[in-house]
Amino acid sequence: MARTDETHLDDLRDEYRDAQGARPAARGRRGRASAPRAAPLAPLEFARYCWRQLTSMRTALFLLMLLAVAAVPGSTFPQQGNDPAGVARWTAEHPTAAPWVERLQGFHVYSSAWFSAIYILLFISLIGCVVPRAGVHLRGLRSAPPRTPARPERLPEHRAAHLAADPQRVLGAAGSVLRGRRFRVEVRPEERGGSVAAERGHHRESGNLLFHLSLVGLLLAVASSSLFSYAGQRLVVEGQTAVGTTFDSFTSGVGADESDVPPFSMRLDSMDVAFEARQTSQIGEPRRFAANVTLTEAPGEPARTETIRVNHPAKVGGTQLSLSGNGYAPVIVVRDGSGAVVQDGATPFLPQTGNYDSTGVVKVPDAVDAAGRPVQIGLQGVFLPSATVGADGNPVSGFPDLANPVLVMQAFTGDLGLDDGVPQNVYELDGTGLTQVLDEGGRPFAIQLAPGESVQLPDGLGTVSFEGVQRYASIDVRRTPGQTEALVFSLLATTGLVLSLFLPRRRVWVRVRPAAGGGSDVVVAGLARGNDAGLAFEVDGVLRRLRRALGEDEPGTAPGTAPSPPPGAVGDDGGEHDDGARGAGAPGAHEARAGARTEEGR
Amino acid sequence: MTVDENVAQVSNLLLYSAMTAYLGSFIAYAADLAEGGKEIKAREVRRRERAGGEAGEAGEAGTVLTEPATARRRRGAAVGTSLFTLAALLHLGSVVSRGVSVHRVPWGNMFEFALTGSLVVAVGYLVAVVRAQRAGLGGGRDARYLGTFVAGPVLATLGIALRSFYVEAAQLVPALDSYWLVIHVLVAILATALSTLGFSATVLQLTQEKRERVRASGGNPGGAFMDALPGAVELERTAFRLNAVAFVMWTFTLIAGAVWAQVAWNRYWNWDSKEVWTFVIWVVYACYLHARATRGWDGRRAAWLSVLAFACMLFNYLVVNIFFPGLHSYAGV
Ligand code: HEM
Repeated sequence: MARTDETHLDDLRDEYRDAQGARPAARGRRGRASAPRAAPLAPLEFARYCWRQLTSMRTALFLLMLLAVAAVPGSTFPQQGNDPAGVARWTAEHPTAAPWVERLQGFHVYSSAWFSAIYILLFISLIGCVVPRAGVHLRGLRSAPPRTPARPERLPEHRAAHLAADPQRVLGAAGSVLRGRRFRVEVRPEERGGSVAAERGHHRESGNLLFHLSLVGLLLAVASSSLFSYAGQRLVVEGQTAVGTTFDSFTSGVGADESDVPPFSMRLDSMDVAFEARQTSQIGEPRRFAANVTLTEAPGEPARTETIRVNHPAKVGGTQLSLSGNGYAPVIVVRDGSGAVVQDGATPFLPQTGNYDSTGVVKVPDAVDAAGRPVQIGLQGVFLPSATVGADGNPVSGFPDLANPVLVMQAFTGDLGLDDGVPQNVYELDGTGLTQVLDEGGRPFAIQLAPGESVQLPDGLGTVSFEGVQRYASIDVRRTPGQTEALVFSLLATTGLVLSLFLPRRRVWVRVRPAAGGGSDVVVAGLARGNDAGLAFEVDGVLRRLRRALGEDEPGTAPGTAPSPPPGAVGDDGGEHDDGARGAGAPGAHEARAGARTEEGR
Repeated sequence: MTVDENVAQVSNLLLYSAMTAYLGSFIAYAADLAEGGKEIKAREVRRRERAGGEAGEAGEAGTVLTEPATARRRRGAAVGTSLFTLAALLHLGSVVSRGVSVHRVPWGNMFEFALTGSLVVAVGYLVAVVRAQRAGLGGGRDARYLGTFVAGPVLATLGIALRSFYVEAAQLVPALDSYWLVIHVLVAILATALSTLGFSATVLQLTQEKRERVRASGGNPGGAFMDALPGAVELERTAFRLNAVAFVMWTFTLIAGAVWAQVAWNRYWNWDSKEVWTFVIWVVYACYLHARATRGWDGRRAAWLSVLAFACMLFNYLVVNIFFPGLHSYAGV
């Protein structure tokens, strides 16, 4: 996880420039005044300067923080994409603020110009940062482990030992010990003795690159999801069949439209719903929603039955059908003044509460009254699956299931507004142009019916019958391409992240010299990127394994720094206990770090 | 399947007992810290007397740390740890019996999330104590100095959960009835617990850093008991390790959540308010990790970013769950 030398050098170069007062802008001005021939270079120079700024770590950090801040308004304002009704409500409640929020694209934050600008800049910065790093890294992978320091015993982490074996054997054994510890190894024999240079953890950097590049892949996958996806909602009453492309509402990305929906048909055979009825504190909590359907993928294909439940969608090719809601559709029959049936069918009511107090309307545009004059009738009201009397004396539903279904409605006559061609909400009556039907006493005429009951409307308008109740299912039909790719890239990113955060990056050198009285003098020294708690264990472990490989027992304690085990590095030889921490900026920041710097500045 | 209300009753009794034991351990740990503080002060006085005052105050203050503070026999800490272990066992019993009573994993609403999450924190602390102990005296730090800072928050979490989020043991609503609940929410609980421990370490780190700065400029930082704790550099390393693992867990939480959303809501990313905040938390932790590698931002500033990330996490749990409308309306309160 250490910075590459590149990043360091770039930062240093930038600072050097600033200190010299040689900012490209300033230089451009000076250039024009005193050295006109330098002028053509200035724009290029300036562009390079901007590029370097954009791809610096500090800019990346700033843009990341900006991204976090910019995401927040999307949770405080309702969003068009997932809550259009909320947007309408908010707009109605805040007449002065709403136009401003609208102008600032606050109702679609995640596709707004400013949010897009932030993440696009961030990803440009990312690519500009990561691609050159990848080049450096690839070259680094091919090059040999670093040169052995002239005096490894000067490194803070080192052990010295005397071994009985001769230098050649020690060198060979050190090489294989380090290879066994998954180091990249180069054995460098010299005239007298020699050294082994080894490095491990270069895949820490590979992990970092994999992580960042996978983020780019993830962004592309998410973008393709939103460009090529479509979503349609359709309400189906028990016994009815929905044909693929007819929807109550439909939205799609620019790369998709209704013709992409497969020509399937779906019959809702039955809707299976259960609510908690026993446990007193949980009465009415939903327990089961399941839509039993018969699916036909295309006309002429064999039908199959399926159960669509919450958390168990059905599939038609790449299109997913999920159960997004359910409710009641009272079967209401209206006969007009002439006795003709002018409305007959299950009318979906929309649940408003957890107990399914549901609202709905019936629109009868082509009726005649008792005198044979054409009249339009509208009914509006609530359906209560388990009617009781509420605290305010009005009827409410006390339970979501059908214990005592009651339909409570009021009637209107006049112009329903269906003829002017303006699309209307089928769940609402437009009050303008309508007059309420009154009883003899001049009060609003109230219809209150249990299943099987009928009521005669005043003024010879006809009768309303409540014949029974059916359930309906709301089905969400959606295709989201790019989801597999998004998953794959997120898992790759996670893999990269784990490598990059937890793989220790270490260098170890073993220098061997023939000892004066025979045998070898050995120095094992280690250096880590950053503050590596496991380095001491690594160095100890290498020496111990070297001894074991040569069949030499360990005498007392070897000279050099005797490490004390850090907490959390117990129970093994600490090979994996790196944390890459730098402790930078903290008082007493480490020599190890200074060592790393010097070494990198080589 | 019906709820076994007797077992649910047992779960609540165990929880009350656990809270009593946590309270006892909190008091014992606090007493131990106070005693440690007194001892360190006394040692400082002795040392100053020995030095005869000629060395000057500032130079003296800087040397206090060199004498190991762990030598003392710590009866308070021992009692605290015993009580804490007892409390954690009762707590575990409460979580398990809650799960048994409803025949499912015990994390289906905010109350159960807090109940199980705080258990993870408690167990995490005990693991740290045991590991530090096995590392031996001398090198290993005595992690029991953190006892007060763990028992206190765990107790507070349970108290708030019981007071404000309590719901009776019950079956799941269909929206949550999925094996993704097991995966997604479990990872979220682990991430939250680790972030909490990381946050505690960061707060201690910032405190130590402040004290070290005061001491370096010749002042008296006060709070002598803090000298028993590791220094800022070591605490930073611990905080980083915890936060790094927590970040990976958050990444898994996000991914598992998106997979679940594709199954449950037909769409893997909805910018639902809970998703927005989980994303924000993730980005702020990414900022923290970036900052550690950015010159001028490492050390203290990076630590503050991790504090911010933790604040976002609390906000997500306490505020977004309850007050923001969205698809994630499973708080149960
Ligand atoms: C979508 C935006 C980004 C996110 C979410 C992100 C996230 C992260 C995370 C979580 C880490 C720490 C884990 C690791 O070391 O792999 C990291 C490290 C790093 N990032 Fe990014 N990053 C983003 C953009 C960038 C950009 C634009 C740059 C270049 C300017 C950059 C350069 C680096 C570098 C150099 C490291 C290694 C830090 C070290 O050596 O400790 N990242 N990033």
